[in-house]
Amino acid sequence: MTDEHGVHRSSQHPIYQELHEAPDFAELRQRYRSFVIPWTVAFLAWYLLYVIMSNWAGGFMNTKLVGHINVALVFGLLQFASTFLIAWLYARHMNRHVDPLARKLEARYDAAIKGEGAPR
Amino acid sequence: MNGTELLTAGLFLGVVLVTVAITFWASRQTTGTSNFYAGGRQFSGFQNGMAVSGDYMSAASFLGISGLIALNGYDGFLYSIGFLVAWLVALLLVAELLRNSGRYTMADQLAYRMKQRPVRTAAATSTVVVSIFYLLAQMVGAGALVTLLLGVESEFMKAVVIAGVGLLMIFYVTVGGMKGTTWVQIVKAILLMAGTILITFLVLAKFDFNISELLGAASGNTGKGEAFLQPGLKYGIDMTSKLDFVSLGIALVLGTAGLPHILIRFYTVPTAKAARTSVMWAIGLIGSFYLMTLALGFGAAALLDTGPESKVAKSSGNLASPLLAEAVGGGTGSVGGAVLLALISAVAFATILAVVAGLTLTSASSVAHDLYANVWKKGKVSEKQEVKVAKISAFVIGGVAIALAIPAQKLNIAFLVALAFAVAASANLPSLLYNLFWKRFNTRGATWAIYGGLISCLVLVISSPVVSGKLNADGTNAALLPKTIDFSWFPLDNPGIVSIPLGFFFGWLGTVTSKEVESEAAYDEFEVRALTGAGAEQATPH
Repeated sequence: MTDEHGVHRSSQHPIYQELHEAPDFAELRQRYRSFVIPWTVAFLAWYLLYVIMSNWAGGFMNTKLVGHINVALVFGLLQFASTFLIAWLYARHMNRHVDPLARKLEARYDAAIKGEGAPR
Repeated sequence: MNGTELLTAGLFLGVVLVTVAITFWASRQTTGTSNFYAGGRQFSGFQNGMAVSGDYMSAASFLGISGLIALNGYDGFLYSIGFLVAWLVALLLVAELLRNSGRYTMADQLAYRMKQRPVRTAAATSTVVVSIFYLLAQMVGAGALVTLLLGVESEFMKAVVIAGVGLLMIFYVTVGGMKGTTWVQIVKAILLMAGTILITFLVLAKFDFNISELLGAASGNTGKGEAFLQPGLKYGIDMTSKLDFVSLGIALVLGTAGLPHILIRFYTVPTAKAARTSVMWAIGLIGSFYLMTLALGFGAAALLDTGPESKVAKSSGNLASPLLAEAVGGGTGSVGGAVLLALISAVAFATILAVVAGLTLTSASSVAHDLYANVWKKGKVSEKQEVKVAKISAFVIGGVAIALAIPAQKLNIAFLVALAFAVAASANLPSLLYNLFWKRFNTRGATWAIYGGLISCLVLVISSPVVSGKLNADGTNAALLPKTIDFSWFPLDNPGIVSIPLGFFFGWLGTVTSKEVESEAAYDEFEVRALTGAGAEQATPH
């Protein structure tokens, strides 16, 4: 795992470089990043909006909707709803568009190290 | 002892016996490092999802948040929201990549492409610091529960109970390892959900399942009117408190994905896909639980005395949930009240035990695997020896936590946990994200990010009004240190707004000033492994 001086671990297998250059891998990375980056920005912005409005938009947040239920409470509950929704969308995206590519690349890795013994 | 206390003691004993039995059962298979640190990676996504929830829904969630809502109304709700939304960071950016690239500890994925010794030392340090903050919060919860149940304010009895909790957690970890700890957490998650559903149901039933009526009763009973249901009661006073609110909000949402005891849970499942499934289950369970904290908090405000001299206020809100259980069961002196009080207290006790076990295991793993096996022995150590060191570390960390918990009794648990989140977000998250997504990131960047974030966070906490110089509205001391000492200069209770950007800044600065090329060269391999799982650690066969 570590080299003689306990500095960097030595590289494990040339197959990793090969996989890194495979078009499938570029596609996988693109599919992963194009989902998680915009959605991360979106949910962080949506959450910060909630925090900021709680602080500086009292008039709006305190508006009563039904009985004692006000906008602030509904806004808070919407944060729950959006969290559940984004988690579900993410899992669906990964299952459909990313996992098949990952399994394909993993199979290439397994084939390459077969017969050589495990690399670590 | 009267009837209630006898019943409570019996239920506590029941919790202890069940968990001890689980631990013994799990210990039969706990040999070798993979079993001790990662439970053999054989847990299913659903099982681990339950365990993640069990690890995450700590005394801070169960006792702390409902207490904050009971005392401060709407402002306490921020904790519930922040604690939940934070899971998206863990799900989208961290869980699966970490599962594929690491082995046992948070440091593993850094050590994959950095110089082993400096990054492991840094990551182990921040792991232990975060875990100890978090442990403190749980121990304070244990002390508060005992004060309530024994009806005495005896400092000695509190210390005895804290020490007892400490010894139990050391037992779970040393005997049961990750497998035993995980099962304790699963059982606790079930108990906690069941207890919370029961109390929520009883509270809502009192108001004919009309939320608006519950809120109205809460605002009426506290005498604070509509302001109790609106943001700003606690944090809306002036610019400083508003910034404190933003700072808290940022730490909550960014902290979860940097919590070492949550991160290592992803190693207990066989694949990245199972890690994803566990987070999905965890989000569902945790989300439902936090929705119920609203009912608990506002229910406590509606049904209990929360004035300045009340038990709820004197415990910083920590006792709101158990007292609420007593009230909805029929009130003080009734059989129903006594049974529910005992039941909910036992659930809170189980919650505390499970979380402290997870935290102790995490720090002990990091000390043994990172510091002892890889930094000190340079990887030349037998598995048996490594596990032995982990067990010894569990004793030491447990002892430190016990010693620190006793003077921290007067702080709100959710607040203490928020500090742990701030440390995790400042010290751990920057290096974690840089490592996963930035090819150029290197050893110096990693160590600077961790130490920079950690030190700035700790310095700001020590310089904050929480430690010295804070007064209550009536002029009494509200800080940790005596009233005569005041060296605070940082105005906010929550350091995150400053320390988290500093963590990211130091990580960037360290990286661009270093000429190291090896970390960059190893990134391709790391990235393939993180994204595809090629060569990732396998489950241990039975």
